[in-house]
Amino acid sequence: MSVIELRNVSRWYGNVVAVNDVTMTIRPGITGLLGPNGAGKTTLLNLMAGFLAPSRGDLTVAGRPSWRNPGVFRTLGLVPERDSVYAFLTGIDFVRSTARLHRLPDPDAAARQAIGIVDMASAQDRRVSTYSKGMRQRIKVAASLVHDPQVLLLDEPFNGMDPRQRLQMMDLLEEMARQGRTILFSSHILEEVERMSGTIEVIVGGRLAASGDFRAIRRLMTSRPHVFLLRTSADRALGAALIGRPAVTGVEVTPRGLQVRTSDFGTFSREVAALCRDGDIRLREVLPSDESLESVFSYLVTS
Amino acid sequence: MSRLINPVVLRITLRATLGRKRAVVFMLVPLVLILLTVALKIVAKSPVWPAEFLGAFGFSVVLPLTALVIGTSVLGAEIDDGSIVHLLATPVSRLTVVISKFIAAVLLTLMFGAMPEFVAGAIAKGFSDKLTIGLLAGAVVASVAYNALFVMLSILTTRAIAVGLLYLLVWEGVLGNLVGGVRVLSIGQYSVSVASSIAKTSALNAHLTSQTAIIMAVAVTIAALAVSARRLSGFALKGDAV
Repeated sequence: MSVIELRNVSRWYGNVVAVNDVTMTIRPGITGLLGPNGAGKTTLLNLMAGFLAPSRGDLTVAGRPSWRNPGVFRTLGLVPERDSVYAFLTGIDFVRSTARLHRLPDPDAAARQAIGIVDMASAQDRRVSTYSKGMRQRIKVAASLVHDPQVLLLDEPFNGMDPRQRLQMMDLLEEMARQGRTILFSSHILEEVERMSGTIEVIVGGRLAASGDFRAIRRLMTSRPHVFLLRTSADRALGAALIGRPAVTGVEVTPRGLQVRTSDFGTFSREVAALCRDGDIRLREVLPSDESLESVFSYLVTS
Repeated sequence: MSRLINPVVLRITLRATLGRKRAVVFMLVPLVLILLTVALKIVAKSPVWPAEFLGAFGFSVVLPLTALVIGTSVLGAEIDDGSIVHLLATPVSRLTVVISKFIAAVLLTLMFGAMPEFVAGAIAKGFSDKLTIGLLAGAVVASVAYNALFVMLSILTTRAIAVGLLYLLVWEGVLGNLVGGVRVLSIGQYSVSVASSIAKTSALNAHLTSQTAIIMAVAVTIAALAVSARRLSGFALKGDAV
């Protein structure tokens, strides 16, 4: 079974601790490595790919340390975040070159198969420089799959993709996970992985903050208290009506508008519209005031 | 040897380097060298002008600059834009990556630095003249040793071109002329010394015996490549956002 295993792994740069005593096991299936920017996700991926040495602790991929061991890439595939590929090559040339670097017995067949998996056969003879963002992402996945690795690491694979491309990529990853591969991807946007099933590891400030089934964590996310700022033509009247509703847990009149806390986002958004209509109140603005990523993650961490 | 030179890396590197805008620099410089040589052949009176001009301009400007532009870009450009990760995320050893890149740089520098120097020598003195042969031998030494140094710089620093220029101007240019000991650690001196020992002329401003020059050039090349391979192990991915 191909797993990534970290035991008490820390990595620091001078006085700055980027990864702090992380212990985790990534098993076959799909795993999301989530956390805000600067949380240490990329450092973790660098460590797993053997590009960085752990300052302390042990890290193995399929039982072997990855630091200073490029041989680990016989079982490991890596899809980097950055778009830079050899843009002067055609898609098939790029993937075939990667197959040759892996010294595969039949580079051409392997390249065609990998391109088939990501559904890029129709564009394989065009130069990579003519590809869209989503196509580049897919050709990079093809290159990293060409040697049929058991473990695949993807750094922010959904970044810059439109919703349709994102769904396609998600389906692709889930399909590969079903085939028994170990898929680990990083993301700093919770919403973009909402549809995913599997496990997640949440990294905040270099530490492993939460770990477990994605559905459970998603429930926590949707049931967490939301805070909204409402600007209306009659703040106090609407406030009085809102506080009578079970979905609302707090109302405060502030100079900037009406600040409302709710434990049930869906019910609240239906009721606020009805209350305004019935009370003939003009609703000028509804602003979520705690939607920043940090607050979502810190909520996950404390609960 | 075949394990150390990867043909895929070599081919992609040659294509990428020739395709970059910077290629204009190393394609134009040899043209200037040959045009100036032709012009001097018509107007120059002094009998030692070929050695003086091809020594001063060829070995102090054309070869080091060509090697600087090529040597810092074969690997440096890919480190800068992150595409190197597609090479590093394969089982190919770091030493093989470094050697293949280095060989690509040497081949290009031979083509755009050493060959023009040889052609310029031939225009000045004829193909079989011992100055022409000496210039070619010295230019080969320069192509090899400079590229090892510049490939290493491109891994150690993101300002490889600036550091390389400082080395050429301050270390080789100024200190090399003032402090005798510096000459033992100057790639420019290794190449002119080899050229000079074959050409048997004092006009090349060489200060080392050919034996010292060759031993030092080989030592510097091996050391620089070893450091490069070691430092390439610690490569860090960067995101688009950074």
